[in-house]
Amino acid sequence: MLPIIFVLPILQLVILSNAATFEIKNIKFSYVDHDKTSFSRALIEKFDASTYFNVIANFPSKKEANVAMAKGKVDVILEIPRYFERDLLKQKNTGISVAINAIDGAAAGVENVYINQIVQNFNKKAIVALSSPADMANAPKDIVTIPSFWYNKTLNYKTFMVPGILVLLVTMITLFLSGMNIVREKEIGTLEQMNVTPIKKYQFIIGKLFPFWILGFVLLTVGLTIAKVVFNVPIIGSLGLIYFYTAFYLLVVLGMGLFISNFTDTQQQAMFISWFFVVIFILMSGLFTPIESMPMWAQYVTEFNPVKYFVQVTRMVMLKGADFNDILPQLTKTVIYAVIMNGLAVWNYKKTN
Amino acid sequence: MKNNNVIEVENLTKKFGDFIAVNAITFEVKKGEIFGFLGANGAGKTTAMKMLIGISKPTSGSAKVAGFDVFTNTEDIKKNIGYMSQKFALYDDLTVKENITFFGGIYGLSRKKIEEKRQLLVEELGLQNIVNELVGALPLGWKQKISFSVALLHEPKIVFLDEPTGGVDPITRRQFWEMIYKASNNGTTVFVTTHYMDEAEYCDRVSIMVEGKIEALDSPKKLKEKYNADNMNEVFLKLARG
Repeated sequence: MLPIIFVLPILQLVILSNAATFEIKNIKFSYVDHDKTSFSRALIEKFDASTYFNVIANFPSKKEANVAMAKGKVDVILEIPRYFERDLLKQKNTGISVAINAIDGAAAGVENVYINQIVQNFNKKAIVALSSPADMANAPKDIVTIPSFWYNKTLNYKTFMVPGILVLLVTMITLFLSGMNIVREKEIGTLEQMNVTPIKKYQFIIGKLFPFWILGFVLLTVGLTIAKVVFNVPIIGSLGLIYFYTAFYLLVVLGMGLFISNFTDTQQQAMFISWFFVVIFILMSGLFTPIESMPMWAQYVTEFNPVKYFVQVTRMVMLKGADFNDILPQLTKTVIYAVIMNGLAVWNYKKTN
Repeated sequence: MKNNNVIEVENLTKKFGDFIAVNAITFEVKKGEIFGFLGANGAGKTTAMKMLIGISKPTSGSAKVAGFDVFTNTEDIKKNIGYMSQKFALYDDLTVKENITFFGGIYGLSRKKIEEKRQLLVEELGLQNIVNELVGALPLGWKQKISFSVALLHEPKIVFLDEPTGGVDPITRRQFWEMIYKASNNGTTVFVTTHYMDEAEYCDRVSIMVEGKIEALDSPKKLKEKYNADNMNEVFLKLARG
C-alpha cells in the first residue's frame, strides 16, 4: 500500500502538470482562397508561420470546408473572398470570413483572439505598403502596449498549475485514506473492540489521524521537491510558512474524513461521499477556473471550500513570496474550519450507540 | 448491589423501533462464576451483551456491571471488563507482540507491567516461535487463545466472551475451556455465549434466551432435571422450539 500511496500521486503530478494546460496549440487550420493573389498568400503564410496554427488543408470551396468542419477534421476555416487584393488596393477596405468550431467555447474564444492578432498584424503591414509617403506623415503613431507579467514572467503554465495540483493530491489522499481507514475498522469489527475499551474518544481520534497527518507532510515534501526539481517552479516565499499552513489544513481534511466515516458503515459509502466532496472542492477551488468568474452564489459556496484556501496560499507563498500577514485571512479561516470540523467529528463519534 | 454480585440486571429492554430485541430480562451473575448465556441465533444474546459492555444504550430497565450503571457509567464499566468476540479480537496486521503492547497500553498498563505480562503469556501459551508473527497469519485456534489472554491482560473483574470457540477444533476448544476455568479460579467472572451445548455443561449456571426473553436460568444439572433431559442439548431444543 505504501508504494501506491506515493508512486501514484507523483505520476499524477508529473502527468497532470504537463497535460492540464489552457494554452491552445496545434489548431487545425484550413482556408478557402478565392483570390489566389500575393496578398492572400501572404495572409495565409502568416498563419502558417504561427506556432498556434497547423495549416492542414486548402479547400477549393466553402462547401467542402464545411463538410470537413462537420467531420471534425478542421477547427478553423478562413475564407478569403475574390478581389481581396484588388479591393484592398483600390478601396483600402475588404473583408474576410472566419468560421471557428465553438463546441469548446473557451477554446474558440482564444482561437478568435489569435486570429485577430494575426489579421491585425497583417493589416498594419498592408497599410504601410499601401500608404503614400504623405499619408504616412499624418498617420497617428501606434500606441504599443508592452505588458509586464508579474509573478510569472514567462506566463509558464506549469508554474501556475503545479502548486495547485500538488494541493489537490495532498487533499485527496489524506481525505480518502482517513475516511476509509476508520470505516474499514467498522467493517472488520475492530472498532467495536476499541469501543469496549476505556480508550478516550480524543485518544482514539488522535491515534487514528496522526499517521495521516504525517503522511500529508511527506506527500507535500515529495510534491514540492518534484515541483522544484522537475518543473523548476520558483519557491520565493518561506517553505516553513507553507508547512505551517499545511499543518492546520490537514486537520480540516482529516476531520472531514473522520466525520464522513462516522456517518457511513462501508468503505463504498465513505468512498462515494468523499468523491462527492472532492469533485466539488476541486472544481470550485479556483484551480482550473477563476473564482472571480463564477456566479455570485457559487462564489459564496467557495468560502466553504478548504481547497480554495490551500490553493491560494501555496500560489501566494511560492510565486509571490507572501509572508505570514499576507496569508492571515486564509490561515484564520482554515483554523476555524479545523476546529469546527474536528469538534463535530469528535462530538459525533459515539462509543455507545 | 450485593457484595458478591458483579452483574445485576433488572427488566433490561432494548427496542429497535417496534421490534423488541431484548424484552425485560432480569438476572444476576456472582463473582467468579462461569455464566453461560445461551440462545438461538437472533434470540437477542448479542444485543443484551452489547448493553452490558457499554456499547449499546438500553431502552429501559436497569443494570449494573462491576458496580457501574450501564446508562451513566459505561466508560467505568469498560475499565473493569474484558471483551472478546468471535468476529474479531486482535489486529490482523500487527504481530502478537505488538497486539499485546497495544492493548496493554490502551488499558493503561505500565511498560514494565506489559513486558511482564507478555513474558508470562508467551510461556503459558508456548508462543516463543510466533510472538513476532502477524496475527493474521495464525490459525484461528491460536488467535482465539491469544485474544482471550489479551482480554485478561488488565486483570478485569469480568470477561465477556461472545462465541469464543466458534469454528475452532475440539482440542483447541478443550484447551480454551481450561483457560476459562483458570481465569475463573483466579476470581474473574466469565460471561460466555456459545452454541455448543457440551460447553454449556461446563458452566456454573446458564440462561437460555428465546425471542428476547430469558426462558430458563439455573445450573445445568437442575435444568436437566427440570426439563427431564439427558443433556443440555435436549434442554435447549425443548425451550428454543417452544
